[in-house]
Amino acid sequence: MDEILDSSNTLECDILIIGGGTAGPMAALKAKKKNPKANVVLLDKANVKRSGAISMGMDGLNNSVIPGYATPEQYTKEITIANDGICDQAAVYRYAEECYGIIQELDSFGIRFQKDENGEYDVKKVHHIGTYVLPMPNGDTVKKALYRQLRKARINIVNRYMATRLLTGEGRVAGAICVNTRTAEFLTVKAKAVIMGLGAAGRLGLPTSGYLYGTYENATNSGEGYAMAYHAGAGLANLECYQINPLIKDYNGPACAYVAGPLGGYTANAKGERFIECDYWSGQMMQEFYDELQGGKGPVYLKLNHLAEETVAEIERVLHIVERPTRGHFHAGRGTDYRKQMIEMHISEIGFCSGHSASGVFVDEHARTTIPGLYAAGDMANVPHNYMLGAFTNGAFAGLDAAEFIEDVDFASFDEGEVIAERDRVLAPTKRDDGIPPNQIEYKTRRLVNDYLQPPKVTAKMELAQQRFEEVREDMEQGMYVRDAHELMRALEASTILDCAEMAAAASMYRTESRWGLYHNRVEYERDDENWFCHTILTKGADGKPTHKKQEVKPYIVEIEDDEKDAYYKQRVTSTVAAE
Amino acid sequence: MPLAQTATTVPVVVNDDLCIADKGCTVCVDVCPLDVLRIAVKDDGTKTAYMKYDECWYCMPCEADCPTDAVTVNLPYLLK
Ligand SMILES: Cc1cc2nc3c(=O)[nH]c(=O)nc-3n(C[C@H](O)[C@H](O)[C@H](O)COP(=O)(O)OP(=O)(O)OC[C@H]3O[C@@H](n4cnc5c(N)ncnc54)[C@H](O)[C@@H]3O)c2cc1C
Ligand code: SF4
Ligand code: SF4
Repeated sequence: MDEILDSSNTLECDILIIGGGTAGPMAALKAKKKNPKANVVLLDKANVKRSGAISMGMDGLNNSVIPGYATPEQYTKEITIANDGICDQAAVYRYAEECYGIIQELDSFGIRFQKDENGEYDVKKVHHIGTYVLPMPNGDTVKKALYRQLRKARINIVNRYMATRLLTGEGRVAGAICVNTRTAEFLTVKAKAVIMGLGAAGRLGLPTSGYLYGTYENATNSGEGYAMAYHAGAGLANLECYQINPLIKDYNGPACAYVAGPLGGYTANAKGERFIECDYWSGQMMQEFYDELQGGKGPVYLKLNHLAEETVAEIERVLHIVERPTRGHFHAGRGTDYRKQMIEMHISEIGFCSGHSASGVFVDEHARTTIPGLYAAGDMANVPHNYMLGAFTNGAFAGLDAAEFIEDVDFASFDEGEVIAERDRVLAPTKRDDGIPPNQIEYKTRRLVNDYLQPPKVTAKMELAQQRFEEVREDMEQGMYVRDAHELMRALEASTILDCAEMAAAASMYRTESRWGLYHNRVEYERDDENWFCHTILTKGADGKPTHKKQEVKPYIVEIEDDEKDAYYKQRVTSTVAAE
Repeated sequence: MPLAQTATTVPVVVNDDLCIADKGCTVCVDVCPLDVLRIAVKDDGTKTAYMKYDECWYCMPCEADCPTDAVTVNLPYLLK
């Protein structure tokens, strides 16, 4: 294994789904159900059995809209406000209307959701305004349950192939170029429609531990979805709205206030005092977190040590078994007992992820990108605050629409020269006798991201970042060197990460205002609704560099009153709650 | 310029006595999202799984899915 083989194959299918994490499997199931004759291929860099953010399961549904607890109107309003107004509501509203059906479907797959004594869904309040968090008592089974459905539906699964570029022709999508991660063999997939569910750009900033894979996101997700869309000419929206999360320091995973909050846990400063009313992640909340640290009141903690024994035991049961089970090992190693100590938190490095913020490939309420036949769903598409249920539901929308799209089209022809050019690009690091290994290219890019792009954002620093990135690109293109197919995968990821870093800098420079709290805090500029109440759309320009335009926010479906607009900016606790 | 041989301690350890790679098992290698585990031939000619690349998300599928409980996931030293 890992020896570089010189070979290439071609595969034809009706619908190619790239990424078999969360959105991808649901897209596959829906497309196949709607058009059982369609040849649906689900391709993944890892193994679909255990791939993606939900590889070990999930603690709960963070954003469920369940009749009796919330309405689509309320949810759409909350997410619009949480996302600082920049939101095409149609996609959020459609999600809010249809996600309950998806919950019932997941239920029928054997994934259980918490119910109260009366058999009603036991939804918890974590958000600033409404109630949307639904715990999953057997959340560890979610991936297995999905996999069973994929086998049952006879979806063709292709594991350990990494997609590197999309193919386009005749003004629409034509397929994708993929590379085997263990042999470097090429696979050119011709498809009538392509659905992307490649997850977040999770390896953009460098974790403070310095460990490249010590990320919040599943570290497999290095951002190819963003880079592939970019190189194919699709529009990417609001990339300056970074993802930055409040995480367990060093461990760099969720603490997780969404589980502990409804049971009485909260974010506290060094004195054990609550300083924010709401632990739901938003740029505005992260700004308060940042201010607390800057004000000398840190470190910031998750506080559970005031809770009753059975409550703490319940929290441990969830946090140490599901989602990120090594949380328990980590605390044990440090001697942290939830009953006695508070859990030290920090501000994470930056990433792109609509799952928790809004940066992503632009899509409409059908998950269509700006390229016909090309869809995106989940963390990499720009529907804000998507989370897991958003990935499932928007993945479903993509699958349904793609099944219709392929009925009227044949394969688009494309320029074979593109495949040859991509082979040359991919294999270049294998043709050298020595040079710079991918881990050093990646480390340097990500360290520069931290130095110059981590908010608060300063223009002069971002300009320096752009210069340094160009130098790293030169080194990468002229001198990157790999010894086996596994390292080649890392080399391709390093190039993706550099693309994303350049997009992050360019998008942040373009929007000359501050918005989304810490996510786009540009110290030289105030919020400017007159000029910047709009999406920014980044595309690849004729010179091969990012180019930008403004795009209007579509008229709201659900009106937001003037006095509601800034609700997420009003979460600082006014009279400090003393430690209990 | 030759590459350096900088050592790192790996977070995932396999108990050779329990590992049944010799009987054809490759479960942990198959499931790892970061694809960092491989099968090695030991001095006595039998096989065992091991961590080849120090690129671990400390996520645990390798440990959870191993049929003989041979795998232990520790935290990478830099962040533990
Ligand atoms: C630690 C953590 C905890 C979370 N907790 C919760 C929670 O409690 N509740 C909640 O609602 N949400 C939670 N979320 C968010 C939720 O899990 C995600 O929003 C959702 O799973 C994203 O789905 P996705 O399909 O976009 O990405 P993923 O599920 O990550 O899937 C992406 C897939 O793409 C594959 N891939 C990547 N690159 C390539 C490539 N180049 N070629 C081929 N395949 C590729 C990957 O292997 C992976 O299978 C959490 C996320 C994380 C990381
Ligand atoms: S899953 Fe367990 S038994 Fe199988 S190869 Fe890995 S360590 Fe060995
Ligand atoms: S913990 Fe996760 S990333 Fe690390 S070896 Fe096991 S499966 Fe792979």
